[in-house]
Amino acid sequence: MNDYKNLVEMKNIHKYFGKVVALKGVNFQVGNNEIVGLIGDNGAGKSTLIKILSGVFPPTSGEIYIRGKKISNSGYSVRKAHQLEIETVYQEKALGEKQSLWRNIFIGRQISNFFGFIDIKKEKEETERIMKELIGFRGGGVSANSRVGKLSGGERQGIAIGRAMYFNANLIILDEPTAALSAKEVTKVLNFIQKIKESGRSCIYITHHISDTYSVSDRFVFIDRGEIIGEYKKSEISMEELTEKLLMVSAGNSGKEITDECKEQ
Amino acid sequence: MNAKNNKISLFGSRGFRTYAIVLVYVVIIGIFMIAAPRAFLDYKIYMAFLSTIPFSLIMALGLTFVIIAGEIDLSFTSIMAFSGFIFTYVFIHTGSTILAFIASLFAGLVAGFINGIIVAKVKVPSIIATLGTQFFWAGLAVVLSSGRSLIINKIRPSFMYKIFVGRIGGVVPAQAVWAFGLAVILSLILNKHRFGESVMFIGDNRDTARMMGVNVDKTLVQIFMLSGVLAAFASVLLACEMVTWWATQGPGYLLITIAAVFIGGTSIYGGEGTIFGTVVGAFIIGSITAGIVASGVGGFWTQLVVGLVLLSAVFINTFVSRRGR
Repeated sequence: MNDYKNLVEMKNIHKYFGKVVALKGVNFQVGNNEIVGLIGDNGAGKSTLIKILSGVFPPTSGEIYIRGKKISNSGYSVRKAHQLEIETVYQEKALGEKQSLWRNIFIGRQISNFFGFIDIKKEKEETERIMKELIGFRGGGVSANSRVGKLSGGERQGIAIGRAMYFNANLIILDEPTAALSAKEVTKVLNFIQKIKESGRSCIYITHHISDTYSVSDRFVFIDRGEIIGEYKKSEISMEELTEKLLMVSAGNSGKEITDECKEQ
Repeated sequence: MNAKNNKISLFGSRGFRTYAIVLVYVVIIGIFMIAAPRAFLDYKIYMAFLSTIPFSLIMALGLTFVIIAGEIDLSFTSIMAFSGFIFTYVFIHTGSTILAFIASLFAGLVAGFINGIIVAKVKVPSIIATLGTQFFWAGLAVVLSSGRSLIINKIRPSFMYKIFVGRIGGVVPAQAVWAFGLAVILSLILNKHRFGESVMFIGDNRDTARMMGVNVDKTLVQIFMLSGVLAAFASVLLACEMVTWWATQGPGYLLITIAAVFIGGTSIYGGEGTIFGTVVGAFIIGSITAGIVASGVGGFWTQLVVGLVLLSAVFINTFVSRRGR
């Protein structure tokens, strides 16, 4: 048994970018083997929260616990997050366009020798395996040597997801993974989230598409203008009610930018 | 994917550009062989190339990393002037080539480190940052030397002198071996080392690099330090070859070195480039200068021809990368 209650626990997180307040005292948890749908309008603070959890930048203040252990805000980094088995697939499809697929899979975690030289042959073989076994790329002219710039939006998302799967993340964060995808490709991503659940892992799924997130999530967290404004278990709320809530939040925001909020403070 | 895409990838590949650049060099040498057969059919002119081109080539190697990372270094020729001063000054005062060599490389590393910190930590765009340090190091060299040149005749008998700029078999300039050796090592580092991969991702998409765990700031500092230390190394070779140091030794190399990197196919947008291309680019520039003089056309034409070659190379590269997308 685990001796911690939640896989991730973020307490009273604040984040300022200069004078702009992005997060105001956010409390956010992810349980073991839980799929959390993080829902909010553009600019609500979803991505900021995720980037803090992924180690991209530190919070201005607040505490983060991973598996019950407190994380030092200043010593936290992407590398550290990877070590703690937290993997993020970003909405910007974090891939180097001019670089080959195999470099994109292994960047930051290369298979290399003591002197830092990369085992290119091994990385290419593993990439081919990831493409076939994890993502389901078959033939189609895409190889480990292909440049990412030549792939379709869905294929790129596949690579990013395959990367997360390959590195055995325990918490996989998907930041709007279906934004650029066709309906068929969206289904693939949802199947993947199902796989995450079945394999006993956890996931944070960020989206504005309520219908996507409703089918796969265990719990929904609403974020608006840097604050958590509601949390619902799936059993507590119907998809219609969830949609209504999002619409209300969006309507409340119309014509009001986050920067106005800052001026008031 | 289908045959159409494969065709595009052939034209978009680095391989194609590499062949193109070699072909350009062969054509240029061919033209000079016709225009100035006496000079260009004699091996001596090629030995002269091997003696003069390594200085800018070695600096171009470092600059290739800088440009692939999406940055620019305008200060390396001033670092060359400053670290060359350190080399000759220390040699004159201690008589030790090794001490002078180490001091010079250290000066190059420090100067590169300062560039890196200004760019990576203070976040000043590299074109401004290195324009500033360009004036600073060149100025410091002039001030410290009071504008006088330093002669190091006594270095000739030393073992290090032979190692740096001796003639192997009485013919091949040692500096060419250094330049090629460094090119091979740096090519391996660019393509097969974690550092090189980080450099390419930083130039390709800095946010991606950061999100994937690349330490962007640290890598940027290291890139500028590499550029600095290579400029210092070039300065040592140049001071030995000339047996003299003077404050304006460096600046003449600035534009031809930058041109060599771009002729070699490194993208101004960052993210891609090859060391091999830079080597050929440096030879193209160096050969044009010598070839025009030898052809009897007159030195006035040099800049014009270099300009045409550079423009053609950039046009070809832009065209190829558009096709590749």
